[in-house]
Amino acid sequence: MISAPRLQLESGNVSLSGDWTLAAMLPEITDLQSALAVVPSTAHWNLSGLGRLDSAAAVLLWRNWGRSWPVSLEVSEPHRTVLARVADLPDVVLPHERVRLSPVLLAGGLALKALGNLRGLVAVFGQFLLDMLYLLRHPREFPAREFSANLYKAGAQALPVTALVGFLIGITISYLSALQLRNFGADLFIVNILGISIIRELGPVLVAVLVAGRSGSAMTAQIGVMRVTEEIDALSTMGISRSLRVVFPKIFGLTVAMPLLVLWISAIALFGGMVAALLQLDLSLSYFIDNLPRAVPVANLWIGLGKGLVFGFVIALVSCHFGLRVKPNTESLSSNTTSAVVTSITTVILVDAVFAIFTRHIGVPQL
Amino acid sequence: MTSEPVVELRGIYTRFGEVTVHRDLSLSIAPGQIVGLLGGSGSGKTTLLREMLGLMRPNAGSVRLFGVDLDNPDQLLQRSVRRRLGMLFQHGALFSALSVFDNIAFPLRELRCLDEDWIRRLVHLKLAMVELEPGHGALMPAELSGGMVKRVALARALALEPELLLLDEPTAGLDPDRSQNFVDLVASLQQSLGLTVVMVTHDLATLAGLASHVAVLAEQHIVAFGPKENVMTSDHPFVTGFFGADRRKLL
Repeated sequence: MISAPRLQLESGNVSLSGDWTLAAMLPEITDLQSALAVVPSTAHWNLSGLGRLDSAAAVLLWRNWGRSWPVSLEVSEPHRTVLARVADLPDVVLPHERVRLSPVLLAGGLALKALGNLRGLVAVFGQFLLDMLYLLRHPREFPAREFSANLYKAGAQALPVTALVGFLIGITISYLSALQLRNFGADLFIVNILGISIIRELGPVLVAVLVAGRSGSAMTAQIGVMRVTEEIDALSTMGISRSLRVVFPKIFGLTVAMPLLVLWISAIALFGGMVAALLQLDLSLSYFIDNLPRAVPVANLWIGLGKGLVFGFVIALVSCHFGLRVKPNTESLSSNTTSAVVTSITTVILVDAVFAIFTRHIGVPQL
Repeated sequence: MTSEPVVELRGIYTRFGEVTVHRDLSLSIAPGQIVGLLGGSGSGKTTLLREMLGLMRPNAGSVRLFGVDLDNPDQLLQRSVRRRLGMLFQHGALFSALSVFDNIAFPLRELRCLDEDWIRRLVHLKLAMVELEPGHGALMPAELSGGMVKRVALARALALEPELLLLDEPTAGLDPDRSQNFVDLVASLQQSLGLTVVMVTHDLATLAGLASHVAVLAEQHIVAFGPKENVMTSDHPFVTGFFGADRRKLL
């Protein structure tokens, strides 16, 4: 179906034949370009034997002619229009805008972006409080289905993975601590170490990191895609508040689910630690359980659960904020999802440090 | 030009679960034809188009483009076939992360043998063809209106100078003036490049203005296929229902 493009040069007479189309030229494009390059500028061009001529070939010829019509040209009318279309093209080279970023501009841009994000977070937080107030006055409008769906997705479905991670971390910490403690003959303190570290610190932080990666990213992506496909706009046209139906259940759901997950992962991690202590130090399970309340004041449990509550709230808040910032293109979706996970984990660690400072006198066993 | 059909469907069966969409469907489109594919909603027109593109496999039957079976395992052959066709998706399917210019330049750059100046000229040529300014090249797809998305998508479909152009609802969402321009544009391209066009459309004006042949998809197969005049005056109940009383006026 395609006949190869041919070029014949005889004593100042160039005749082209065959199909001069992109598909036909591709296999021998460099040969054709070099063959065209050697044609003298005063040559007579005979294009009457040409099969097909598409705009890619027309551009090639036009560039070869030095962007002007050759002195003598023989061409059929349809092909002349193709060439004329290329000839009529304004010979502009749009300047490629490349903004040079000075360090000052860069720092300023980052600061503005951070401020913008802070503002967005405050806005989502404020809207959440307003929705709370609204729901207190109109309790019948509580989005129960959305809430339970979020609780199930972020909480119940996270049980297996958090259990696995918790169990392995418990075993690891118990094993490593046991090796050290045995050197000092302080085997029994394994209960204190495991109890305090897991219940107060590791449980909440581990769950927060897992949930930020698992549910936080999902929230951002879901809200983002709803924006891309205009589902959010469809909701508002039906008079349904997007913050009440989409954002509120996510934040509320995760805030409720997180303390439960903290409890779950702490229990499993302690169990893992108990098993490792049994194998490594011959510490019986019953001894461990009997001594746990003595070694770990119950305040630690409340601190752990409180952390879980706050972390869940922070993760959902950050994720929803970035989800609402998604612009309708794929690039924005991916960058906002990344930002959501990174920001929520960083914020969680930050909040954890604040917790550590303010609770430093609470729940530490006095020996 | 040889009379080998550009698109040849033979014995196509398509099922979605329990629902049979195509039953023993055959269609053969010769070079240079502009075929309007008609059918009611949900009759499987877009599915058929996707099968022609190789995006979907029919449950049975064969699809041949330019004489090459789409089930042929030869990767290079498949790619060369894909380069000879252009598709205009219903919603444009522009790459949202790339600007208009880069969207149109994308298939050209993928060939890896054209230099930037050549690509730039070709892109501006395509932009001019679809009546867009060179300055529009810097816009992102999210900043375009519906009609502009369509025109950019057409420019991208035409970037590789395809021999076969598949259009899914090309004029849906365009105002009548623009869709007339679109019809003229495709018609002139068809004349100068000898394109074969397959289009799915509900717009009777587009169909009447552009199509040389009409294929009617109903009852799970092609119930009528032939030159526009013959099909539109036939007495098949679907055809009479689809065009209503004024079908003769459209001719």
